[in-house]
Amino acid sequence: MGRYVLRRLLQLVPVFIGTTLLIYWLVWAVPGDPFAGKCGDRRCPDSYIAGMTEKYALDQPWPVQYLKYMQNMLQGDFGTTYGGRSINELIAAAYPNTLKLAIVALAVEALIGITAGVLSGLRRNGFMDNLVLVSTLFLIAIPTFVTGFVLQFLFGVKWGIINPTVSSDVPFSELLIPGFVLGSTSMAYIARLARTSIAENRRADYVRTAIAKGLPMRRVVGVHLLRNSMIPVITFLGTDLGALMGGAIVTEGIFNINGIGREVFRAIVTKEGATVVSIVVILVLVYLLMNLVVDLLYAALDPRIRYE
Amino acid sequence: MRVSKRAGAVAVSAAVVLVAAGCNSGDGGDNSGGSTDGAITIHGTQPEVGLVPANTTETGGGKIIDFMWTGLVRYPNDGGNPVKALAESIDTTDSKVYTIKIKKGTKFHDGTEVKAKNFVDAWNWNAYSPNAVQGASFFSDIDGYADVHTEDPDGADGPQKAPEPTSKTMKGLEVVDDHTFKVTLAAPFSIFPTKLGYSAFMPLPDAFFTSTSDAFGKKPIGNGPVKFVSWQDNVEVKLTRFDDYTLEDKVKFKDLTVKIYQDDTAAYNDLLSGQLDFMEQVPNSSLAGDKWKSDLGTRAKNVPVPTSALIAFPMYDKRFQNADLRKAVSMSVNRAEITEKVFFNSKKPSNSWANPLAPGNKEGNCTSCAYNPDEAKKLLEKAGGFQGEMVFYYNADASHKEWMEAVAQSVKNTLGINARAEGIPTFAVFRQMINNHEMKGPYRAAWQQDYPDVENWIGPLYVTGGSSNDGLYSNKEVDRLYKEGTAAADIDAAHAKFAEAVALVDADTPSIPVYFYNEQWGHSEKLKKVEVTNVGEIDLSSVEL
Repeated sequence: MGRYVLRRLLQLVPVFIGTTLLIYWLVWAVPGDPFAGKCGDRRCPDSYIAGMTEKYALDQPWPVQYLKYMQNMLQGDFGTTYGGRSINELIAAAYPNTLKLAIVALAVEALIGITAGVLSGLRRNGFMDNLVLVSTLFLIAIPTFVTGFVLQFLFGVKWGIINPTVSSDVPFSELLIPGFVLGSTSMAYIARLARTSIAENRRADYVRTAIAKGLPMRRVVGVHLLRNSMIPVITFLGTDLGALMGGAIVTEGIFNINGIGREVFRAIVTKEGATVVSIVVILVLVYLLMNLVVDLLYAALDPRIRYE
Repeated sequence: MRVSKRAGAVAVSAAVVLVAAGCNSGDGGDNSGGSTDGAITIHGTQPEVGLVPANTTETGGGKIIDFMWTGLVRYPNDGGNPVKALAESIDTTDSKVYTIKIKKGTKFHDGTEVKAKNFVDAWNWNAYSPNAVQGASFFSDIDGYADVHTEDPDGADGPQKAPEPTSKTMKGLEVVDDHTFKVTLAAPFSIFPTKLGYSAFMPLPDAFFTSTSDAFGKKPIGNGPVKFVSWQDNVEVKLTRFDDYTLEDKVKFKDLTVKIYQDDTAAYNDLLSGQLDFMEQVPNSSLAGDKWKSDLGTRAKNVPVPTSALIAFPMYDKRFQNADLRKAVSMSVNRAEITEKVFFNSKKPSNSWANPLAPGNKEGNCTSCAYNPDEAKKLLEKAGGFQGEMVFYYNADASHKEWMEAVAQSVKNTLGINARAEGIPTFAVFRQMINNHEMKGPYRAAWQQDYPDVENWIGPLYVTGGSSNDGLYSNKEVDRLYKEGTAAADIDAAHAKFAEAVALVDADTPSIPVYFYNEQWGHSEKLKKVEVTNVGEIDLSSVEL
């Protein structure tokens, strides 16, 4: 087990270097001079463009810039944006908000998704099953921004139950609706995933044995059936945390949450390689670590799985 | 259900009253000035760079600069000529040497007095090319600019570097005493005093010069009616009243929060639910069917702003060098239909070269702006037709697609030439192509005046070498008349010369004015009275709670 974790952690290093290199190169390959559009419909003074180019060493080839960037990053300094703001501060302000939002979304989708999946999987073709199938189909079909705008308008403007936008210190209580919006599509997938898994394992020998032993139904479902059926769901949830963090840009926009979605979008448009890579670096780390956690959870869920 | 809801509402409003009362009793003792305390929240966007006046050219940071600084002159809300703000007097006999006296006893937010040297030092710093300031070219009128601002011999992209400037100060700036300084221009310029209200000309405190501009920009010190409190990136900028402010445009409330939004609709929903007190432009989606008017009622306001949308011709392209062809294209654009169908009448079709809000502009002086299909066809014939495809370019990262396509369609239908509109992915790429003179067809442009005068609509756009004359239009007669205008003894004489220059521009039609911007703004019920400035931003001194 220990050796397995160590090996997995060592594997992170080349993956980490590879992804950052690729992203740096991609941002660098985006066409356009980062300072050409800074002065509106007026040509920027040459002295401004030359000064900025020199300040950010943009006249050097990109591998050199990348190496310099990595050197600083390993010392914990992500650099500054072209506007002179520290990227460390930007990330420190934005990442926790996005993480909070993603966790709320994850909690919502796990709670509602698994419950709906179990209820419909246990009694297939019943009323509950049909209801879940129809409503999940509905959720999958609607894009996030539609759910977002509709819920924001109804709860925020029309009924006045919530503030239409999230306030500056981003409390968990205000993230319930945005979290629901962000998690809604995945919630539908989880419900369907859990339903299939439960329905399949429902017929497994060990479940029949458990029922034959006379165990109460709650224990059969809660301990025996659920534990084994959760493997695909946990896999999905694990990778979804990364997807939720990276894909929160629409939800963050609708509810005006200061998250990394907007920062990364802005940085791509303005060709700020350092900002994009710095944000994505942490995103990549979240992905990699979540994958590891999911793999380790398999063993906890199914004792037959062992790591050497 | 209904009962409990109502009970909840009562409880909430009671709590609000209590909190409000608590605030008042707490602050009441401190402030004996008799002005009302209170806080407002307005819409904003994240400033792109640190808040240093001459280096901020985008609107997100620009509005905060305008709140925090008071310049020598300021522009009245209803248009017209500038009035003195910090200046006691601005005197000249020849439009070349200006003696500027500033009012005594005004203070920066750090408590130091605003003196003549704060202007002179700031302007020298802004113009000095190694400081890489975006607004450096605003100082190019001043004698000695070439000594502090050297040009790169092969442009910013070339391998060579600009030579080190020979001087750090311009010889045209001279401090006479603590409250007087003298500005000598390289050539007479009658509009110079009007320019002085633009943010690039703001004074900087001594603290600026002992700090770096990045550090100062994060915690700026101005001399205006409100001072800086804090700036949380992408969240909000907090400002508060500067109690030592002595000039006329004092504010009558205490705290101002500029809340930063990435999405207009989110801000609009906040405005509707009372979380936001002012929004300078409601989102396009709320304009359809006049939804914003039914949402906001009497709090929905519609004002013209001094911005025009144009389509510029790349005059460096041989195919567009015939004036008749350009006129034909201009006359085939049905502006009235476009503003009605695409913009639901939220913009006005252009009929003059400068915006109507610019003093000195003559309404209707754009004869080629009239929709006249028959005349357009005749002109095209006279020009010898147009070969190939005429592509109208725009940047696709803002909402220009619809109207640019309408323009292309209008040209195609009227003239029968193969016209279409094409989007360039981002504004940065778009500007790069324009700067490098790589445009292969007419392209979208917009101009918002920096200072209210018709000169600002001619000099930068239509004079040879103008800062935004990207199409490389050049007419010696226009240049001559413009020069005579700027050298004129007074503003009226200058405007007469400018009008002559505009008549020549009209005959050449180097660009197509399409529409004038209007601003649809709204405010919350909390604001009892509010006005917008000449550029459509909230006028803080007008706000009454």
